[in-house]
Formats: sequence, structure tokens, C-alpha cells
Amino acid sequence: MKSAILQTATRYLLPILLLFSVFLLLRGHYHPGGGFVGGLVASIAFVLHSFANGTENTMKILRYKPLSLLPIGLAISTAAVTLPLLLDLPPMTGLWLEEPIPVIGMIGSSLFFDLGVYLVVIGVVLTILFTIALND
Amino acid sequence: MLFTVLTGLITSSLLVPFGKIIKTKWSILLPFIPVILFLFYLWHVPVVANGTTITQHLSWVPSLGVNFDFRLDGLSLLFALLITGIGTAIFFYGRSYLKGHIYFDRFFGYLLLFMSAMLGVVLANNILTLFVFWELTSISSFFLIGFNNDSKASRNSALTALSITGIGGFFLLAGLVLAGNIADTFIISEMFAQHDKITNHSLYPLVIGLIFIGAFTKSAQFPFHFWLPGAMKAPTPVSAYLHSATMVKAGIYLLARLTPALGNTELWNTTLMVVGGFTMIFAAIHSLFRTDLKGILAYSTVSALGILTFLLGLGTTDALIAMSVFILVHALYKATLFMVTGIIDHQTHTRDVTKLQGLRKVMMPVFIAALLAALSSAGLPLTYGFIGKDLIYEATLNLKENWAIWLTALAVLTNIGLVTAGFRAGITPFTGKLPEGYQDVKMPYRAMWVPPMILAVLGIVFGLFPGVVGDYFNYQTANAIAGTDTDMHLKLWHGFNTVLTLSVATLAAGAALYFAHNPTEEKLLSLARFDVVSSQHIFRQIGRSIEKGAGWYTNTIHNGYLRSYHLKIILFAELLLGYKLWLSGPIQIDYANLTPLSWYEVGIVAILIGALYIIVTTKSRLTSVVSTSVIGYCICLLFVFYSAPDLAMTQFTIDTLTTVLFVLVLYKLPPFINFVRQGILIRDAIVALGFGIIISLIALRVLYEPNTTAISDFYGENAYLLAKGKNVVNVILVDFRGMDTMFETVVLSIAALGVYSLIKLRLKSSEKE
Repeated sequence: MKSAILQTATRYLLPILLLFSVFLLLRGHYHPGGGFVGGLVASIAFVLHSFANGTENTMKILRYKPLSLLPIGLAISTAAVTLPLLLDLPPMTGLWLEEPIPVIGMIGSSLFFDLGVYLVVIGVVLTILFTIALND
Repeated sequence: MLFTVLTGLITSSLLVPFGKIIKTKWSILLPFIPVILFLFYLWHVPVVANGTTITQHLSWVPSLGVNFDFRLDGLSLLFALLITGIGTAIFFYGRSYLKGHIYFDRFFGYLLLFMSAMLGVVLANNILTLFVFWELTSISSFFLIGFNNDSKASRNSALTALSITGIGGFFLLAGLVLAGNIADTFIISEMFAQHDKITNHSLYPLVIGLIFIGAFTKSAQFPFHFWLPGAMKAPTPVSAYLHSATMVKAGIYLLARLTPALGNTELWNTTLMVVGGFTMIFAAIHSLFRTDLKGILAYSTVSALGILTFLLGLGTTDALIAMSVFILVHALYKATLFMVTGIIDHQTHTRDVTKLQGLRKVMMPVFIAALLAALSSAGLPLTYGFIGKDLIYEATLNLKENWAIWLTALAVLTNIGLVTAGFRAGITPFTGKLPEGYQDVKMPYRAMWVPPMILAVLGIVFGLFPGVVGDYFNYQTANAIAGTDTDMHLKLWHGFNTVLTLSVATLAAGAALYFAHNPTEEKLLSLARFDVVSSQHIFRQIGRSIEKGAGWYTNTIHNGYLRSYHLKIILFAELLLGYKLWLSGPIQIDYANLTPLSWYEVGIVAILIGALYIIVTTKSRLTSVVSTSVIGYCICLLFVFYSAPDLAMTQFTIDTLTTVLFVLVLYKLPPFINFVRQGILIRDAIVALGFGIIISLIALRVLYEPNTTAISDFYGENAYLLAKGKNVVNVILVDFRGMDTMFETVVLSIAALGVYSLIKLRLKSSEKE
């Protein structure tokens, strides 16, 4: 599907959608959003790009295989889960910084947990879709 | 104490990256791990001998009651000393035994893992922690039995052992959880106080039945005994360590540990006495017919384990004292005999007792160690074995029951068998004339014969000073099993009495049997006729039937057609839900309470139905996929109307991606041709309609149910207080039910890996089977 309009549009849509996905991730704790939806939106951004420019080109932008996002995401989530153990608290206890950080807002261990979910979702969706798309 | 458990685990994992260096240059470091641990526990002996117990607590999963609770009392300490002490001997011995083996590092990795797990079992004060370590011993044992992984027999034996102990572990877990729930605590030392509550509970027979299965499978009691002789396929250091001195005694340990909490009832004592009694005589007779040295030792080990179970079943103070001594006695002489067998096997490459003779001429020190162990096993006066056997006879003779005399006779017969077996394994290979071809047999390395020598000498030294040894090592053990003070004092000499007469008679009869009866291949073969009724045969048959049943089930239910799976899943759900719906009675709809219908809802439903119509009638796959996504978006809109933005967003993105996925897959498929017959279409329509109707009815039913909002209220109130979040949905996902999310991400990752590997895997035609 070669369409000049779509190709031009995705050039701007990709960063905007990615930004939006991060926005969803960060606001998730207080407003509708969260890592899961954020991850799906980010995947849609890449899928859209692949429709316009071909999956090979999207893979080039990604540089690394989406599969490699799985261990990274799982590791971040696991770290967020196990971090309280080091402070002698039961696992999954939410740990929060006292003061909010500009732009990002409150930072706590559950934000990192959500970040892990976000990365795993992107990794899973893109791995499945791109593997099928590139298979011939 | 935690560090002693972790040391082995950590070094075991360190062997993965550093195995090569350890194997070639630094292998001398390995035996010092058990040495350090042994010294650590030896240092605790005086403290524990005073009756002090040492405890340590570390939270692990407190919400499930699973914690690292460790407790060191007399019973734990005796086992910890055996594990680390015999471990030391085995590590030095094994280092020479396996010198130059390609899997040298792997072997010690498993062995360290096992040592840690076993320490965990005997130190754990929480039954769930104990269970985790228990399973770990089964797993490490599996790898060690199957160590010679290029031999089919060895792999089979490993699998048999794992299946038997694994099934036992499964029952054990059920029993432990039940016991813990009845006692309302998973802490073992706290369960002791709940003894009456547990034993009077209506589920008590089930609880101990399940725990018995676990303990009997692990400790090779009849009818689960056969995995132990099979496990002799393992390298001999493993047999000496796991399958005689430590792991097989884990079952005995568990029973002894739980005796103050669950024991002292008629059911408990009778079962243990019958099973133990039968096992000890059955295995003692079997051991007489083996021609393989390790076979003899394996069956005599089973018999010794039977004696321990039997003593536990007697349950009297005398019996528990005898048990605490016999554990030590047996570990000392049996480990020695196994190591000696290993030396013989290593130097002459045979273990056939009918061929081995006169080896004392080439390896005198080994003969001395073997002789001392054989004498201790025979219970010759002045050995520790003599004390052990005396105590056993005392325990049976002092019973108040009038059938005590029969139990004594049983114990005597078993011991006669054990005397003969000990002589056969420890003396036969060394006496007589050295056969042709064995003149060149070399002395083993010093590291191989010194450890068994030390253990054998200890068996004698302990026998000379039973008072001291008993006070330090066995007194608190017996107390821990009995739960009270046993007032135990061992003496070298009891005077001329019935017990001594029986001891001497046993020795004489055993020696006579040794000279009168020679095991031969023919006798062993004639015994094989009874294999049809052996429990091993029966278990194998059961295993085969399960395999067949599973094959039949898989072929009929899992036929590989996606449509057939869908049909079955939906039909099953319909039946289950329909039945529940029918049970719950008629449905009444209160129209007054329903929200009024608005025009946009009607509009969405109209679109929904239109899309449905297109899906059913269209001839193009693509059209039907797009129509499906129309339905998804409609539902998404409904979520928006009813103010569930999180759901709406997720549904929207998921639907988009699903459509993309469908298109990608459909693109690769051949063009659509309709093969479906009319009848099948009607069947599918009925199933689909039925499902829709049932779900609608359930939705109406839910409205009719009294509204319970306790859970959502809790989340609503606490989301900000406990988790500092204002979006309740997100807080539930990342905090309250975060573990679920965690595992869901793992499942998703596995699914992605599955798709990736299924598509990317390109087998060469030679690799396809």
C-alpha cells in the first residue's frame, strides 16, 4: 500500500502517537490511561508506520527486534515488585518519592511497574504482528 | 542458619560460569564448603545438647504464611551434622572418584544443590518452606541418578525415582496444607501445641494418610520401595550420600518431626508399625539374593529405613531412643560400605559379588574400613552398631502388649538378614584367593579410602564411648521426637540379660547364614518369577494405562481443528452456565429500575445488528473481519456512555490491532471457498444463539441479585490512601492485584515467543522427525 498521503502523515503521526502513549502511561495513576493502553497506542503507532512504509522500514527505525523489549519490560516490572524486599517490606509495596517531579508528576514503584507492562505490551504486539507480516 | 542453606545454592549457581576453572584447577576448594558448614554445626552441639533450640525468622511471602523460619533442635542438628559431615566425606571421595569426568562441575553443582535443599528440609520450621526444599531434594536426586545420561537404564531409573517421589510430594503438600489449616498455623513448633485439636479433627485420618504417602515414597517404604534399588544407577558417591545416609531419611525425618504434632494415636502408630515392619523384613530377605554389591546395600538400606519407621510406630520412649541412635549408626556404616563398593567398582570395574574375591591383598586399608563397617552393621560388641541393636531389642521387649514377643522375633529376623548383607558387602570381596587378572588392581587414591576409613573408625570410637556420644548427639534428638524428656543415658555394658543373648544369637545366626547361603544368578532368576505381583510391575502397569488414557483423550478431544475447539469450549460453557442458571430459579425483571433507553443507544444497537447480519451473510473474509471490528467499536461506544473510559480506550486499541492481525493472516490464506454443509451451519447457529441467550439471561440475573459493592467500595476508598492513585482501575492493575498483572505480562511474553518461534522455526528436512 504505497500512498504518499499516508507516508507523509505517518512521519508526523508516529512521534505524536508515541508522545501520546507516554502521556497515557504517566497519567494512568490519576486519570484514565495506564501502561497497557499506552503500550497498545504505541504499538498502533508503529503498525501505522509499517502500513505506510513497509514493515522492513519500520524494523529499521526500531533498530532492535521488538522481541528484546520483553526481557527489558519484565525485568523492570520484576525490579519494581522486588524492590520493597530490600527495605524489609512485603513485595509490591508502593514506594513513592515525597515530592512530585515537574512534568512527570509523582514517581513511585508502581509507575515503574506500569512502565514494564508498557514495554512488554509493545514487545508482544509488535513481535506477533511483524513476525506474521514478514513471514513468506 | 540461612547462610548455611544458601551457601550451597549460591556456589552451585557459581559453578555455571566458573565450572571450567573449578574443574581443572581449583577443584580442591569444593570439599571445603561442607567442611565449613560441618564445623558450624559442630560448634552448636554443646549449646543444643543443653536443650536449647535456636530459631531464626525471615519474611518471604508473609501474606501466604510462607516464611523462612529455621529452627535448630536436637533432631535437626543430628541431621544437619549427618548432611554436612557425610557430605564432607563424599565431597573428598567424589572429587577423586570423578577425576577427569567431563561433567565434573555439573556433578558438584547438583551435589551442592542437594546439600542445600536437604539442610533446608531439616532446618525449616515452616511446613511450606520444608515442602519447597523437600521437592528440591527430589529434583536434584533426579539429576544425580540420571547423571550418566547416555545410558537408557540410568535415565529410566531417574524418571522412576522422580515420578514416585514426585507423586508422594503431591500428596504430602495436600496433607501439610490440611494439617496447617486445622492447626491454624504453618509453623511446626506451634503445631505441637495443637496436637489434640489436630488428632481429634474429623479429617485427621486423611491428613496423616496423605503425609504418610509423602514420607513412604521418599523413604522407600513398601510398596514404594522399588525406586531406591533402581536409583543405584547413580554414581556411587551419590548412592552413598543421597540414597543411604541423607535423602531417603528425609521421610523418616518428617515423620519424626511431626510426631509431637500428629503422632501418638492408634492409627499413626499402627500404620507405621505395620508398614515399617513389613518393609524391614521384606527388604532384608531380598538383600540376601542380590549379587550386585550395590543391590545388596540398596535392599539393606530399605530394610534399615523400615526399622526406623517401625521404631517410630512403636512410639515408646525406648523405641524413640533406639531410633535416634540407629539413624547415626546406620549412616556411619552404610556410607562406608557404599564408598568401599565404589572403590571396588572404580578399580576393578565390576560389582558382582560372585566374582570378587581376595582383594585384601591389593587394597588392605580399604578392607580394614569395610571390615569395621561390616562389624558395626552386624552389631558386634564394642561397636556403635551394638548399642543401636541392643536398643532396638530393648524397645520391642519392653512393650507392654502381649504380642511384643512377635515384634522382637521380627526385629531379630530382620537383623539376621542385615548381618549377612553387611558381611556380604564388607567382607566377601576381600577374603579368599585373589582370582586371575586381579593381580594388577591398584590401590585407590588416598582421598578415596581415607573418608570411609574415618567413618568406619568413628563407628567403633562411638561404640567405645556411647555415654558421651549419646549425651551430645542423640539425647536431644530423642527428646525432640518424643516431645518430652526421654531421660536417655547410653551405657556400654548392660550386663547379661535377654537383650545381650538376642544380640549374640543374631550375630551367630547371621554369620551362619553368611556361610550357608551364597547368592547366585540362578537364585536371583528364580526370584524373578514373582515380579508379576511386585509393586514395581503394578506401578508400571498403572503408568502405562495412564499413558494410553492420555493418548486416547488427546486424540479424541484435541483433534487440532480450531473450529472444533471453539465449539467444545462454548458448548461446555453453555452447559455449565445453563445449569447454574436453571438452579438459580426464574428471573424477574424490574423494568422500573432500568435506565431509560436513549436514541443513541438504539442507534448503536441497530448498527450492531447490521454488522452481525453482514458477518453471517458475507462471502468475503475481509468484510466479515471489518464487520467484527464494527461490533467492537460499538461496544466501545457503550463503555463511553456508561462512563468507563479505561475500558473504552483498551477495547478501542485492542480492536484496531485485532483487525490488523486478522488482515495480516488472511492475506496469506488461499481464496475463500465455502465447503460447509447446511447441517453444520444450522448446528453452529444453534450453539451461537444459545450462548447469546444464556449470557443475556445472566446479565439480567445479575441485575436481580442483591447488589454487593463491598469490594468496589474498598478499592474506591483505599486507592488513594494506600496506593496514592486516583484512577481506581489503574491502581487495581498495578498495585492491589499487581501480581496478577505481573503474571499476565509473563503469559503475554510466552505467547509472543510462541508465535515467534513457530513462524521463524525452519527445520531442515533432516531435523524433522
